[in-house]
Amino acid sequence: MNLTTESRLEKLLKRGEFVVTAEIGPPQHASAHEIVHHARLLKGYVDATNITDCQTAVVRLSSFAAAVHILREGLEPIMQMTCRDRNRIAMQSDLLGAYSLGIRNLLCLTGDHQSFGNHPTAKNVHDLDSIQLINMVKRMRDDRVFACGEPIKEHEPRFFIGAAANPFADPFEFRVVRLEKKINAGAQFIQTQCIFDLERFSRFMEMVVERGLHERAYILAGLTPIKSIGAARYMQKNVPGMIVPEELVQRLRKAKDDGKNVADEGVDICVEFINKVRKIKGVAGVHIMAIAWEEIVPTIVQKAGLYPRPKAD
Amino acid sequence: MFEPRIVAFCCHYCAYSAADLAGSMRLQYAPNIRVVEMPCSGTIDARVILAAFEDGADGVYVAGCLEGDCHFLKGNFRAKKRVHYVKKLLDDIGLGGERLEFYNLSAAMGTRFAEIANEMTERIKNLGPSPLKAKEVAGA
Amino acid sequence: MIVAEQKPFAEIAGFVADCNKILVAGCLGCVAVCLAGGEKETEILAAALRMHRRLQGKPLETVTYTATRQCDPEYVDAMADLVKDVDAVVSLACGVGVQYIAERYPDKWVVPALNTRFAGGSVAQGVWEERCGLCGECILHKTGGICPIIRCSKSLLNGPCGGSQYGKCEISKDVPCAWQLIYDRMKALGRLEWLLEYQPPKDWSKSRDGGPRKAVREDATI
Repeated sequence: MNLTTESRLEKLLKRGEFVVTAEIGPPQHASAHEIVHHARLLKGYVDATNITDCQTAVVRLSSFAAAVHILREGLEPIMQMTCRDRNRIAMQSDLLGAYSLGIRNLLCLTGDHQSFGNHPTAKNVHDLDSIQLINMVKRMRDDRVFACGEPIKEHEPRFFIGAAANPFADPFEFRVVRLEKKINAGAQFIQTQCIFDLERFSRFMEMVVERGLHERAYILAGLTPIKSIGAARYMQKNVPGMIVPEELVQRLRKAKDDGKNVADEGVDICVEFINKVRKIKGVAGVHIMAIAWEEIVPTIVQKAGLYPRPKAD
Repeated sequence: MFEPRIVAFCCHYCAYSAADLAGSMRLQYAPNIRVVEMPCSGTIDARVILAAFEDGADGVYVAGCLEGDCHFLKGNFRAKKRVHYVKKLLDDIGLGGERLEFYNLSAAMGTRFAEIANEMTERIKNLGPSPLKAKEVAGA
Repeated sequence: MIVAEQKPFAEIAGFVADCNKILVAGCLGCVAVCLAGGEKETEILAAALRMHRRLQGKPLETVTYTATRQCDPEYVDAMADLVKDVDAVVSLACGVGVQYIAERYPDKWVVPALNTRFAGGSVAQGVWEERCGLCGECILHKTGGICPIIRCSKSLLNGPCGGSQYGKCEISKDVPCAWQLIYDRMKALGRLEWLLEYQPPKDWSKSRDGGPRKAVREDATI
């Protein structure tokens, strides 16, 4: 097998396994206690775990450090890195450091605007955009150069490079073009924004397949189990770049009216969606973002028939 | 007994004519008003309002046409916004925006003109003399 | 032009609380056009400060002067006689004007009356919008005449982020997404393929990141 990195995730994807990744959000304090707890819960149920980088611009334990904690628990981390808080000097420095500590997967993101978070008066950086970050990581690995062009004389960092795609943002037709730009820049796997609108995701994937992008990068469909009607409404109304169809909210409401547990219904919907996206051409895996609900992931993986996970070796 | 000095900036097309009408109708109204005729209430300038207060006015009002009836189409709306701006500035200064007001009326409203004059005089009487004037006297 | 806005009145009054006589200096350049620091605003501010101080029982004497431009030494020189015997100068120019006065009159207390906001233009009477990020290396030929450096909240160069929805930026429903505007315009111009081209990292050394900048026109120097 022709692998570009030591990433276990890359190996599984190349082997054609339908992969499962999940997400752990680091805490707003200096203890790794919850990270370790979540890592132990997820171990064996997912192939790799994303570690968010101060998501929604709220200060949290760094994705870099959290990824190391995950690694120590024997789980493979996908370190997320946004362009909001670091310039190219800090980014490359962190990349060298992260690689030296055994991190092999990187997800390159733009980052939510700081006005969403708890430091809205902060200065944002955006020295690079996400596509430039992808390209910088690729060049560090394949051309063994820093962003400035100076050679990395030895021990270049070799990351399996990921990027995000949001089929629910606008301009819709441009989303696939942008995905292609990311793949051209060096993205090898793609994790999408949470999918609640299957019809639109299918149309997106049709365009992806039309351009042959599914053969150039592994596309993991992003899914989020909805815990409550309030959460669904919040995502529907207040999260830019998300589409939560009204039928979905009504289905949760009906479940509630029928005396069913809304969270259970949310899990059932998520499992249904996994089964549906699996059948869509070009989908190479799923990325489960159980926001502040990490403990539900094993249940979802089991119910979706994705347990046990394959061995890498 | 405090007799306020009030400057009324009146639009030629409405308030000023209404003042004429009030006179023809032999209406009695407070003698505290000093009327300044303007080609349109929309020509009012913040500097002029401030100058009136700085030079001893206890109150000021600007009177323009009824909404939709401005001879220059939107002059009265502009005047209203400007007066609103100066009211806020008077609050910042510490003099108090309530010493300034904007009114709409038509040339046919002689009675209303007299009412406004009385209303404003009453308001300023309640507020008392402009503190700017008091300071001037105290300082002199 | 440079678009500025007057600081809250109390803040300005606080700057000169211990002065007895001040020069209130306006500017007939950009700040006059954006109604922040022209002749009219200068006189209004001076009158307001005088009234405020009289009410406090500490009368303030004001002198007003409106320079043709405060960003040119010759016009700043012209106020020398007025600056001489005041305790402070309140400048209603942009940050450039304030600094020019401070540089020209080193022993004088010079304070800003405005917050200098952005390089932009008027979009309707009384409304101004930002248009230029002063980055030092214009790329408008690549983006359909719409600047992503300043009009995209994240200065993205390779297309819209995932927060662009229904034509709006993720930060507010009142802010148009610059990349949606760029996309629409490039589409209308039949140049969408330009947007597929990878834009490499920007050379920010030409922007403020490279330190204070200077421009010299050799042929214009004497």
